[in-house]
Amino acid sequence: MKKLMLGNEAVARGAYEAGVTVVSSYPGTPSTEITENIVKYDNIYVEWAPNEKVAAEVAVGAATGGARAMSCMKHVGLNVMADPVFTISYRGINGGLVFCVADDPGMHSSQNEQDSRHYAEAAKILMLEPSDSGECRDFTKLAYELSEKYDTPVFLRLHTRVSHSQSLVEELEPVDYRLKDYEKNPGKNVMTPANAIRAHVRVEERMAKLSELANTTDVNRIEDNGSKIGVITSGISYMYSKEALGDSVNYLKLGMVYPLPKKLIKDFAAKCDKVYVIEELDPFIENFCRQIGVDVIGKDVFTLLGEYTPAMIKKQVLGVDPVENIVMDEDAPVRPPVMCAGCPHRGTYYVLKKLGLNVFGDIGCYTLGANAPLSAMDTNLCMGAAIGEAHGIGKARGNDFAKTAVSVIGDSTFIHSGITGLINMVYNKSINTVLILDNSITGMTGHQDNPTTGYTIRKEPTKQVNLITLCKGIGVDSISVVDPFDVKGLTKTLKEETAKEEPSVIIVQRPCALLPEMRKTYSGHCVITDKCRKCKMCMQLGCPAISVDGGTVKIDTTQCNGCGLCENVCPFGAIEKED
Amino acid sequence: MNIMIVGVGGQGTLLASRILGRVAIKAGFDVKISEVHGMSQRGGSVTTYVKYGDKVYSPIIDKGEADIILAFEMLEALRAVPFLKIGGKMIANTQEINPMPVITGAAKYPADIEKKISKKLNLQAVDALALAKQAGTIKAVNVVLIGLLAKSTDVAKQIWLETIRETVPEKFVDLNLKAFELGYNI
Repeated sequence: MKKLMLGNEAVARGAYEAGVTVVSSYPGTPSTEITENIVKYDNIYVEWAPNEKVAAEVAVGAATGGARAMSCMKHVGLNVMADPVFTISYRGINGGLVFCVADDPGMHSSQNEQDSRHYAEAAKILMLEPSDSGECRDFTKLAYELSEKYDTPVFLRLHTRVSHSQSLVEELEPVDYRLKDYEKNPGKNVMTPANAIRAHVRVEERMAKLSELANTTDVNRIEDNGSKIGVITSGISYMYSKEALGDSVNYLKLGMVYPLPKKLIKDFAAKCDKVYVIEELDPFIENFCRQIGVDVIGKDVFTLLGEYTPAMIKKQVLGVDPVENIVMDEDAPVRPPVMCAGCPHRGTYYVLKKLGLNVFGDIGCYTLGANAPLSAMDTNLCMGAAIGEAHGIGKARGNDFAKTAVSVIGDSTFIHSGITGLINMVYNKSINTVLILDNSITGMTGHQDNPTTGYTIRKEPTKQVNLITLCKGIGVDSISVVDPFDVKGLTKTLKEETAKEEPSVIIVQRPCALLPEMRKTYSGHCVITDKCRKCKMCMQLGCPAISVDGGTVKIDTTQCNGCGLCENVCPFGAIEKED
Repeated sequence: MNIMIVGVGGQGTLLASRILGRVAIKAGFDVKISEVHGMSQRGGSVTTYVKYGDKVYSPIIDKGEADIILAFEMLEALRAVPFLKIGGKMIANTQEINPMPVITGAAKYPADIEKKISKKLNLQAVDALALAKQAGTIKAVNVVLIGLLAKSTDVAKQIWLETIRETVPEKFVDLNLKAFELGYNI
């Protein structure tokens, strides 16, 4: 019987059916559930790595050792793993090697909407792109066959709407994949210039063969509906196009998006009067068509920004207006994401704002500290950047400013790529203060363990990174540990540490309120008593459970988890806990 | 059939869409569900699409194309109105959750949403939170709403009950079946 599966779950199923035995990843929306679903298969070794670069290197090692291996990441994670990727393209593989990369057009949960296909071209790596969960499973298996046949790593490009949509998949038996022999082969695996020069020749020969394959592979297929209009498309855009245009046009559906099929595109276009390229983000296929002399309509009518919809495609290709819809006379106020009621980060940002510090932020739930009413974060950029940025601005503006410039970085993000920033800060004599917001989990992506939690992805106990010892080893002498709900204590520590003429680390420690073990420690909810003088100090916390109704402050008991932070900030003792 | 489920992150919209998806498979349809994960889940507006029929291509629903909208919260109901097909039906939980711009005073929570929506379309507004409390826990609000939705589809009740039994953890089955009945029998 067919099962409903998320695209990500289907990739995991494909990995299992392909005989994959090693998977190493770092979580990142929308890719996280691939690795989480691998956990279901006992015969696969699976891990969360500290970052995507390490994950890719683990997968490379496993593939070199003869296993079929996988590493999964979001599009910006691919930037982090780019270094090993470009050179493993030269080395080639032994067991099959697949990198799953999930793009996020529309930026549902990302800081940019970069198009991963450029990496395939730049690193000269074959890229497949599925359109639904069934193809996620099938293309994953195909990726391993092609990887081994052509001695190349393979990219599987995913998309938020493919990764996070469920559609039907039929489960098949796994293939009988046996670990290949490991033989020392420095000519292939040691990339000294002399070897790499020869490897580059092999890469170009491989690309020529893959370009030929693109013309004949089953995953690049023409649907001839006898129309004079042609649509070249791939991935989720194919589904949008089918929904919008049905059988009224011819399709060239590309399952392999790099390298692109020169002959197939030319033959397809020759039978049409007009050819559209429908692809979200950059004109990747469109530019290729123009390069080979095929005239197409693409970004001149379709946007470079965000996600497409079937209605948009129908309008542009068929000139049909979208269906009518009901219009309300009143706009609904926006509802941006917020820190949850009980979130430990709320205490930290409340204090940072009170002290008027310049806060260099990072990637995670705590990025939400930039939003009103906390409005306490000045910048964020990419994983780990908080520390480097604060150091840089301190060097630019001098030590008096450096004393006001603090970094905030989560436990998982610090391990991911904050450590090297801290080493730099100490080595190059900065005096900034770094706050490690240790909520004991990788929060934003949905509670993944990391090296600071003491558990593996399979919840086996393991060695736990001791942040204090780690920071000491780096050379930080002033290290403190504070509870973010101890508003007075955190204020005092921050004042002291930022005043020092040396680098400091404050580990702000309280587990995520949504963790099952933390849920047990909170009970009841807070209430506003008649001692309230309506000073609205509690409103500055930006807690979604506290609001003002007709001048009266009230707490929504369906949302409040009884964390008690508001009780700590109320100057009149007007907030009490109730069971 | 295009069904759109809207609410606030944390209200249990994902479970509702998963139950709905399984029901549609059991009824023999091709199904696609589009979910929301990550940043936008954190107390923000969340939208899930469930589409079923002989063959489904796009997993998302455009404006004017939802046959039914199931809203877990009134402001989200208001926001979702343009997505309803002309002649479609909206089922809404009367609960109101203030978004941050309202909490900070930068915006006002619109008054009389129920009345305003009712003027434009077929709205069934229900205090699902009260019914969930009656079933035993406010967390069952999603299953109360599933009960309401079930009544508006042509899928047999038995399939819904069977799916709930298979989807929720064993110790919560009775509670959820009770919640479903409370919604279904309104």
